[in-house]
Amino acid sequence: MTVPLAIRVAFMIALALPFLTIGAGPKKASADPLVVDLSNHLVAITTGFTGTNVLLFGAVEEEGDVVVTVRGPDQDMVVRKKERKVGIWVNSESARYKNVPAYYASASNRPMDIIASPEVLLDYRIGLQNQRFIGESKLSDDDQKVYREALVRNMQGAGLFGERPAKISFLSNQLFRTDIHFPANTPTGTYTINVYLIRDGRVASVKTTPLVVSKTGISAEVYEFAHRYSALYGIIAVIIAVVAGWIASVVFRKR
Amino acid sequence: MQIYLPIAEISVNIFLILGLGGGVGFLSGLFGVGGGFLITPLLIFYGIPPAVSVATAANQIVASSVSGVFAHWKRGNVDLKMGLVLLAGGIVGSTVGVWVFAWLRSLGQIDLVISLCYVIFLGIIGGMMLFEATRAIFRTRRRGGQIRRSKKHQHSFIHGLPLKMRFYRSGLYISALLPLAVGFFVGMLTALMGVGGGFVMVPAMIYLLGMPTGVVIGTSLFQIIFVTANVTFLQSVQTQTVDVALAILLLIGGVIGAQFGAQFGSRLKAEHLRALLGLLVLSVCLKLLFDLVITPSDLYSVMPGDL
Repeated sequence: MTVPLAIRVAFMIALALPFLTIGAGPKKASADPLVVDLSNHLVAITTGFTGTNVLLFGAVEEEGDVVVTVRGPDQDMVVRKKERKVGIWVNSESARYKNVPAYYASASNRPMDIIASPEVLLDYRIGLQNQRFIGESKLSDDDQKVYREALVRNMQGAGLFGERPAKISFLSNQLFRTDIHFPANTPTGTYTINVYLIRDGRVASVKTTPLVVSKTGISAEVYEFAHRYSALYGIIAVIIAVVAGWIASVVFRKR
Repeated sequence: MQIYLPIAEISVNIFLILGLGGGVGFLSGLFGVGGGFLITPLLIFYGIPPAVSVATAANQIVASSVSGVFAHWKRGNVDLKMGLVLLAGGIVGSTVGVWVFAWLRSLGQIDLVISLCYVIFLGIIGGMMLFEATRAIFRTRRRGGQIRRSKKHQHSFIHGLPLKMRFYRSGLYISALLPLAVGFFVGMLTALMGVGGGFVMVPAMIYLLGMPTGVVIGTSLFQIIFVTANVTFLQSVQTQTVDVALAILLLIGGVIGAQFGAQFGSRLKAEHLRALLGLLVLSVCLKLLFDLVITPSDLYSVMPGDL
């Protein structure tokens, strides 16, 4: 996991080189304007998982700006507001939001507002502010805004929404790379990574690539088992405890 | 060294959890208590989701009660009939409790109810313990201060209740409704708080039921095994919040810690022990109360909505 960065990048460039030569070759007309790949299409959450980086790299045929968005699987989220009642803080009003991504991050080589107009960004749903969450509540518009902000703030606090777009660095005029960080609490599911090539404020090309985050190893099997065969899991949990208690009483019998 | 807990879905420091189990095990060996009422709040302080903490603590208490009950069983300190009646109440109470737990969780109020239950019970128990122990310490000159156990012969409304049963081992002839109610109440606490409930059960057995102190611990341990086993099973089925990996880590630490605690405890005076335990219980209570009263850094909280 700790291959030095320089070696990794060199390796990626070597991988990307054939695409470049095609781009520079005679078959220029049929060449892809945007080529993208990931260092890893699977983020495996193992027993020792403490977060990881996935390297996204690619090449553009002609110069342009690149924007990357990473969107986790949709889920319902409930935002609850605390209120002080009889001296203690109690959850009171709440709002439920549908299709909230479990993870969202973006990256660009230059500030987004320079690359494209807000309208273009909105059209392509690029950036956190352009994500639409469908609210299910009877809140006023003002409250709706506060709750939405609270949702984004909490997700950012948990490290699941990127605070600001990450940096995409160009290694030459054509080669670019960026690291996507996945924290220890990354939710499982299928993620969608969109890479936009933007020229003169217009989206010239889009590439979509999936990324799967899944638990593997013992922890995955335990989780699977606990949810699929929950009754059996409960019985096994009790048996383990009884046996452990019995062993303890035998080993440490009072003299 | 970090380990990813499969059900809690977070990474924890393996040595910290072992140490936590060991520390609570040490205290439970030292004071002769189950330790569930300490392990659950400590897990919550560490950052384990409260629902997982409660359900997993119940699983861990199964083990510590099993390891404790053998010695009592051999000495004949278990009133089986009384244990079974308490258990009948406990099974119903814990089943209702798990149901209430799931309901409160869907309302988003489970964390508050868990904290409030702890503040109330730890406050009462800790306060009483500390009060009683300090009095005993200042009374050391008057030696041989016998514990009054005349309750058995007092007549109150309790003896007018129907469904009287004879409990030979305890030498009691009382209404079965009484132990049923005690069992039910403690079963609810097990489900909601992740405690064995010995700290409520033992005083209730002595003062309310009038059982002789000799059989109290063994009988309460006996029924706690089955009630916590029931809670473990039901939480597994209903909320999938029992984390076996976490329970095993706590177990290992707890079993080892308890041995050291028991050895250390024999060197201290009983009333000093009770005063220390009272202080400990009160400080956990105050920390929980503080967290409820202090203005949170963010008034809004976010949770996945499919729970």
